[in-house]
Amino acid sequence: MARITLDHIAHSYSGNPRSEEDYQLKPLHHIWEQGAAYALLGPSGCGKTTLLNIISGLVIPSEGRLLFDNVDVTRLPTEERNIAQVFQFPVIYDTMTVAENLAFPLKNRRTPTALVKQRVAEIAQMLDLTKDLSRRARGLTADAKQKISLGRGLVRADVSAVLFDEPLTVIDPALKWELRSKLKAVHRALDLLMIYVTHDQTEALTFADKVVVMNDGRAVQIGTPAELFERPEHTFVGYFIGSPGMNLLPAKVAGVRAMVDGHAFDLGATYPDLRGAANVQIGVRPEFVELTSGAGAPVQMLGISDLGRRRLATVDLAGRSLVATVPASFKGLGDQVNVAFDPANTHVYVDERRVQGVAA
Amino acid sequence: MIDKPINNRAWLFVVPVLAFVLFSSIIPVMTVVNYSLQDTMGENNFFWNGDSWFRDLLNPATTIGARFNDALFRTLAFSFVCLLVEVPLGIAIALCVPRRGWSVGISLVIIALPMLIPWNVVGTIWQIFTREDIGLFGAALTGLGLHYNVTQDAVSAWVTIVVIDVWHWTPLVILLSYAGLRAIPDAYYQAARIDGASRWAVFANIELPKLQKVLVIAVLLRFMQTFMIYTEPFVVTGGGPGSATTFLSIDLDKVALGQVDLGNAAAMSLVYYLITLTVCWVFFTIMTQLDRRRDVRCVPESLRDLFSPLTSCC
Repeated sequence: MARITLDHIAHSYSGNPRSEEDYQLKPLHHIWEQGAAYALLGPSGCGKTTLLNIISGLVIPSEGRLLFDNVDVTRLPTEERNIAQVFQFPVIYDTMTVAENLAFPLKNRRTPTALVKQRVAEIAQMLDLTKDLSRRARGLTADAKQKISLGRGLVRADVSAVLFDEPLTVIDPALKWELRSKLKAVHRALDLLMIYVTHDQTEALTFADKVVVMNDGRAVQIGTPAELFERPEHTFVGYFIGSPGMNLLPAKVAGVRAMVDGHAFDLGATYPDLRGAANVQIGVRPEFVELTSGAGAPVQMLGISDLGRRRLATVDLAGRSLVATVPASFKGLGDQVNVAFDPANTHVYVDERRVQGVAA
Repeated sequence: MIDKPINNRAWLFVVPVLAFVLFSSIIPVMTVVNYSLQDTMGENNFFWNGDSWFRDLLNPATTIGARFNDALFRTLAFSFVCLLVEVPLGIAIALCVPRRGWSVGISLVIIALPMLIPWNVVGTIWQIFTREDIGLFGAALTGLGLHYNVTQDAVSAWVTIVVIDVWHWTPLVILLSYAGLRAIPDAYYQAARIDGASRWAVFANIELPKLQKVLVIAVLLRFMQTFMIYTEPFVVTGGGPGSATTFLSIDLDKVALGQVDLGNAAAMSLVYYLITLTVCWVFFTIMTQLDRRRDVRCVPESLRDLFSPLTSCC
């Protein structure tokens, strides 16, 4: 049980980074609170596994300090850190039974046999492995194997954090939901710090209290699932989270008005005059785009796709395509279709980062 | 249904192979079978002799039976000693070979070098190497005050043949084990570190179980090659001193080509052949079982499976 502090951690695999480009993990300062569930979300190669390996001690960061509570563990070997890690592919000891697998970390630490038995029984109970305890671990299904990997971490009473590296990759889609609920239940029962690496936003948003969105070695936003949805701080968060992602349009912004190719859109706040700045965009999620025959910018309908619970319309606004959610009853609006944005949920980005306007 | 074209020209593709197998294997083996069932008084006149060559051979009370028994025991002992040294040594060295960096290539080439040398050259090298007058190895041992003489001392001869085989063929075990070790995903080592496993525990619980399949292949190859060992003792010791290093192949050579005792030699080579075939079959069964095993069973059961083809047909 611990709080983990990343004190300006950065990592470069090449050893001597000269520019920021050389960092696979760009300098990051963050505190992981005891008892919370975090997700590291990002596309492949964004540095999330590197960050996880730094915490577990499999990678020593080139810069910065790593603190468990107030103890500096930056250079402490993995086995002395009291962390548990579940890998992408189930790691089990082939020749052992499930019980022996679970007991292995305790045996290595010379725990008394009676205590080992008691802990193994407790953890097996929690993970529904009790009936399999005397079976060979090798013959079990992938989800049972992942539970064994997790159990090997949890069996130690002194574990500070549990790290998951895309643990559901090899699990059957039908069982993913079940195993994920199991992880949630374990989290609630044990009040442990859990860090979950994934590139699947559904997994991240359902598992975590807080999500760290990473891109290109940088943590672009850290926030609750609702914050990531409502106020993406970076255009990457806008289009990576949500399906489909945020609509982004180059615009000229001044005051409470954004101009997109001569069409005016209202904004929910007052912004300074950004007409001189390079790369100004407005972003609005499809949920806040409305097709109307009332006031708005004229667009051309490109098509409607039906996703079951909701329908998405793709429209063309002066050569750029936009996605809008439309109600199930939507039948088309005839020749003249206009588009309107919800001003409160229209954000302004300068150079990919969100600019906070002054409330009107 | 797909219509399969019927064209007898397809035979043209198969006939060369059949002809090759016929002349390289079937006709020679049948000739040996022929000799093993007949006897001759010379002048190329053969008459039926039934199974008496085989009965003599397998009866240790006869001269040829005793001789065969001794040679078979020597050969098995030799294979056993070689495996006992080469497999653990090969694994141990494979564990020390670097896994990444520039030294990988160099290490592997140096390790593979002995395997590139032909058998008879190996024999000649060691024949000179072990001479106590001009050979570096022989002279050094003698200089140290050890009693070492390949041509007169049985222990020296045995040790020398074993050392030659270890030097020549441990690299095969090293390379196979190394390939097996490289195939183990990093996550296993990382998990073991997190679990606080000692080096020995990593070896016993991760590396050795994962090496199982390549080790079966390594043991099979090394068994076959040591069981047929011929050139090294032929060149270095000539089967001596006395008959100390007269292994099956050397003995067979003496009976067939030295004494031109065709009946005994034919029976001997067929039995030799059947032993080899049996061992291959056992190994093949083990390997396919390892592939197929659905792993919930424990060891005695899988051993029973191994012999189920035998028991099920009885």
